[in-house]
Amino acid sequence: MSRDRTVDVLVVGAGPAGLALAARLARAGAGHVEVLEREQDAGGVPRHCHHGGFGGPVHPWLTGPAYALRAVRAATAAGAKLRTGVSATGWAGPLTLETTSSAGLERITARAVVLATGARERPRSARLVPGSRPAGVLTTGELQQSVHLYGQHIGRRAVVVGAEPVARHAVRTLRRAGAEVVAVVTERARAAAVPGVPLLTATTVAELRGRGRLSGVAVRHEDGRCGVLACDTVVFTGDWIPDHELARRGGIALDPGTRGPCVDASFRTSVPGVFAVGNALHGVERAATAAAEGDAAAAAVLARLSGAPWPEPGPPLLVRAPLLWVAPNRLTDVGGRPLLLRSGEPLTAPVLTAAQDGLLLWRRRFPVRMSPSRSLRLPPGWTDRVDPSGGPVVLGIG
Amino acid sequence: MTTTTGGAVTTGGALPGGEYDVTVVGAGVVGTAIARELARLPLRIALVDASDDVGDGTSKANTAILHTGFDAVPGSLESRLVREGHRLLSAYAAESGIPVEPLGALLVAWDEEQLAALPGLAEKAVRNGYRAARIIAAEEVRAREPELGPGVLGALDVPGESLVCPWTTTLAYATQAVRAGVDLHLNCRVRKVVSGETHTLATTRGPLRTRHLVNAAGLYADEIDRLLGHADFAVTPRRGQLIVFDELARTLVRHILLPVPGALGKGVLVSPTVYGNVMLGPTAEDLDDKTDTGSTAEGLALLREKGRRILPALLEEEVTAVYAGLRAATGDDDYAIRAHPAQRYVTVGGIRSTGLTASMAIAAHVVELLADGGLPVTGAREPAPVRMPNLGEAFLRPYRDAELIAKDPEYGRIVCHCERVTRGEIRDALASTVPPGSPDGLRRRTRARAGRCQGFHCGAAVRALFEEARG
Repeated sequence: MSRDRTVDVLVVGAGPAGLALAARLARAGAGHVEVLEREQDAGGVPRHCHHGGFGGPVHPWLTGPAYALRAVRAATAAGAKLRTGVSATGWAGPLTLETTSSAGLERITARAVVLATGARERPRSARLVPGSRPAGVLTTGELQQSVHLYGQHIGRRAVVVGAEPVARHAVRTLRRAGAEVVAVVTERARAAAVPGVPLLTATTVAELRGRGRLSGVAVRHEDGRCGVLACDTVVFTGDWIPDHELARRGGIALDPGTRGPCVDASFRTSVPGVFAVGNALHGVERAATAAAEGDAAAAAVLARLSGAPWPEPGPPLLVRAPLLWVAPNRLTDVGGRPLLLRSGEPLTAPVLTAAQDGLLLWRRRFPVRMSPSRSLRLPPGWTDRVDPSGGPVVLGIG
Repeated sequence: MTTTTGGAVTTGGALPGGEYDVTVVGAGVVGTAIARELARLPLRIALVDASDDVGDGTSKANTAILHTGFDAVPGSLESRLVREGHRLLSAYAAESGIPVEPLGALLVAWDEEQLAALPGLAEKAVRNGYRAARIIAAEEVRAREPELGPGVLGALDVPGESLVCPWTTTLAYATQAVRAGVDLHLNCRVRKVVSGETHTLATTRGPLRTRHLVNAAGLYADEIDRLLGHADFAVTPRRGQLIVFDELARTLVRHILLPVPGALGKGVLVSPTVYGNVMLGPTAEDLDDKTDTGSTAEGLALLREKGRRILPALLEEEVTAVYAGLRAATGDDDYAIRAHPAQRYVTVGGIRSTGLTASMAIAAHVVELLADGGLPVTGAREPAPVRMPNLGEAFLRPYRDAELIAKDPEYGRIVCHCERVTRGEIRDALASTVPPGSPDGLRRRTRARAGRCQGFHCGAAVRALFEEARG
């Protein structure tokens, strides 16, 4: 029924992280490196991000599609095998994935499997926004694909929900599609306004209204003031969650903060031979950060291929509110790589602490403003104080 | 029109002239079942609905359980029709590919009062002709449902309760009816009825003449009734809000977890669905507005509070969908099926959530009532069987069917990644006998866009396929 094949490395997801890793591995002579992409085109989310800011120091202002094209070409040129329109649907063994494509079913066994499945924005339903269920309710991902890949008609008056950088891109895409952006609404107390668009801070979306098509968004300010913004389109932006289905179906341990696979600093998951990189690990980071993770995972994947043992995971790394998540979440092999730390609230000059079994390991003040939209890069020097056989290490605000 | 060529499906423009033998108003699960039953007869039949699709009212937002009828009011019409309907629909589902999962139900008692109610329920089940229910102890409940919250005191085990797909059921009836010659007229709201030798329905698409009339208008059955001069009952829309959790939550629950009914109604259930996710709900709110299918912050908070007690781990899972349905409550404890033979008119009112299970038995009953009003019922023949696309996760879906993909590679091209819906399935639905009237209709036929991302990945692609097919 299904065809059985074996490869050296199987990468699931041809976005920035998966492609960067595949290119690096193929270049390093890792053997048969195969990348599966369920979409018809490789490149990941940048394919439909028609704005600049992608790319590294050499080409800092590449647009998303140009960046995606470069990443695809680099992986292919290095000798990685890219297969699009192939969905990994489940596991047939610890290192064997089941796939579906128009060519049929396959079971692909690899010496190393890398999950690079990316992240998505939580839709309106997952945010439990009450009201009717009209047409015209989108996430940024759907909006960008509708406009940039399919040239579809979007409504005339739109409200954007969220204050992460992606909200700005949603505004730009809506304007490009000919819609007027009525307001940007965020629960946060402060946010950067987009020129020409009213910004409603400390405001929640209380209800969606309209039958057939959206007719308005009821909002409530934290001081109790209420109102209705008349609109035919609403875009829910940000609120990212890793696409962790394969990880969960494979019994891979997840981190409670990121909701992505728990990994050590070399991107090893709890299942020997399975790695995870990029936005599958954490809410959302820029394409360059995801690609850098893919790049950085190559050394450990190569070590795995040459028979290096799968190390003990080390103590889990957890966060305490208002911190949201930290990645990696296990403290083996930290080396020189920074940890990414995200806060749920804006923090000015936070004092960060790390403690293990009630013992303070480290305490430091960061003279910066920590935004909920961007990770703080935490230098890893302190991690050599962690007792590898001790309990969980907890990061908090001192 | 000959019955071998099939009926017409129209969505706009003037209605065909001439006289229909029977017209069924309302293309929900009950109306389509009646149309299908009538299609066995050599008659000219119309099925009309105000919406752009079949099953677009109460039927689409059902709790999707194939009931045994164990808890009906003994001796009621509902009790009899649910019991017969369960048998008929079980057989029909097996024949036509409607997914049914026989998981069984547990009515879990969380306090002494609920525990004390179980023997009465077990005895009531027997009076309803259902003998397999038995009371089980807390330890057995816990062994069979390890994720239940603390405080379980016991349960009534009802092994015969099953999950069913309400969307496919309605669609199968409609498809079979149309193929057997029934005309389906959508976007066709009935505004007025003038009765004489025949009934003339004034609709939003012009007049429609019919000799016999069946009112299966669900929430609007009382309003149609009034057009015919009857005021037997009033329909109060009772809203039920539901939260659907992600497929990854499916391992948390093994049975349909029904509440023990108390003074405040039937309460909130937790149930897997045939699509592989988990449903929590419904609320029960009596409203005035028959179109108010919105969810509310209070309703969702209440469901989460109840759900947290029943299955605490469920609340940690991602929510895939939130929706609300309206039940056609009449204030009476039974179905309001009323025949007016002199008027050649039958009303099928007050059909609650058991209507899905009872649908085929209701249909048979209604045709008998029409015969009492003079409808000729000779010359019946079985309509050609239908085979519906499988939406059930427990059965072979196209994306896993190697043979099917080898024959047609479009079944290997997954468009909706969360629900694994292929381009082949979307193509088939768009070209089917009763095609979807909207992307939501396409979702009910294929599951496309029904998953956790709600369109982040596939929304634009699915809409493009829908719009392309519409031309």
